[in-house]
Amino acid sequence: MTMTFAQEAGFIVASYAITVFVIAALIAWIVLDYSAQRRILGDLEERGVTRRSKRTAKEAP
Amino acid sequence: MAIIDLANPTRFIALVNRVLPWLIAVTVLLFAIGLARTMQAPDDYQQGATVKIMYLHVPAAWLGMMAWGIMSVAALGTLVWRHPLADVAGKAAAPIGAAFTFICLVTGSLWGRPTWGTYWVWDARLTSMLVLLLLYLGVMALYWTADDPNRGSRAAAILSLVGAVNLPIIKFSVDWWNTLHQGSSVFRMGGSTISPSILIPLLIMAIAFTLLFVTLHLAAMRNEILRRRVRTMRLMQAQELAEAHS
Repeated sequence: MTMTFAQEAGFIVASYAITVFVIAALIAWIVLDYSAQRRILGDLEERGVTRRSKRTAKEAP
Repeated sequence: MAIIDLANPTRFIALVNRVLPWLIAVTVLLFAIGLARTMQAPDDYQQGATVKIMYLHVPAAWLGMMAWGIMSVAALGTLVWRHPLADVAGKAAAPIGAAFTFICLVTGSLWGRPTWGTYWVWDARLTSMLVLLLLYLGVMALYWTADDPNRGSRAAAILSLVGAVNLPIIKFSVDWWNTLHQGSSVFRMGGSTISPSILIPLLIMAIAFTLLFVTLHLAAMRNEILRRRVRTMRLMQAQELAEAHS
């Protein structure tokens, strides 16, 4: 049984659509995670919480 | 900057911040060229236009396996050398590798229906690839659900090393067993059996996907370093509060 081009096109379009969706979701997750981590770090630093390495650098003469 | 300097997370983040915009630009450019060449590539004499699925399926399969290879090397770095970035690299690679393995399985299934007449068959190549996806989910569960991050990391590193056994099984499954999946046609003894009019767009897409992986992996590693800083700072804050109240 041979397939028509329209039937083949359905499989091709579905493959590309799913790939774009998965990669877009991955990119969105990484970008949103980055901004979330930076926001939390900013909040902590605003409240005066600093990393040990920064504290040591400040305390050094 | 010496290579050893990259072991310092702060220097690593500075390098990632510098490199990422360039990587993104080159990746987008390569995808544009690759997709244009893909659309112009001829149909296969047997498979017709469905051969266009190959330009997604094959690079996704390579990257699904490559990501696990990276996780295995990172696992050695975690367990043997206790390198500070090795665990970060392993944890960051897992969801990206899982996503590419998922793409490989879904596009393979959508390619299989018009080519083989079925979406799925339990042959050695397809089954070993499904096992790889399940291993990814297992590693991610160990990383993300462990109460003690260090114990979770060690368990995930061990599973990464054990799971590496699956990589040669995937690669040689088409040679060792009778499979519906075709044998190797790109990297094989005696050279590729694919026509250059199809092979060149495939290689361009493979490089574009690889650069996409590198970009996402570096960005995810940066996120993981920041997440660990947040955890350390929260622990320090809790310790200071406990000391102030005692």
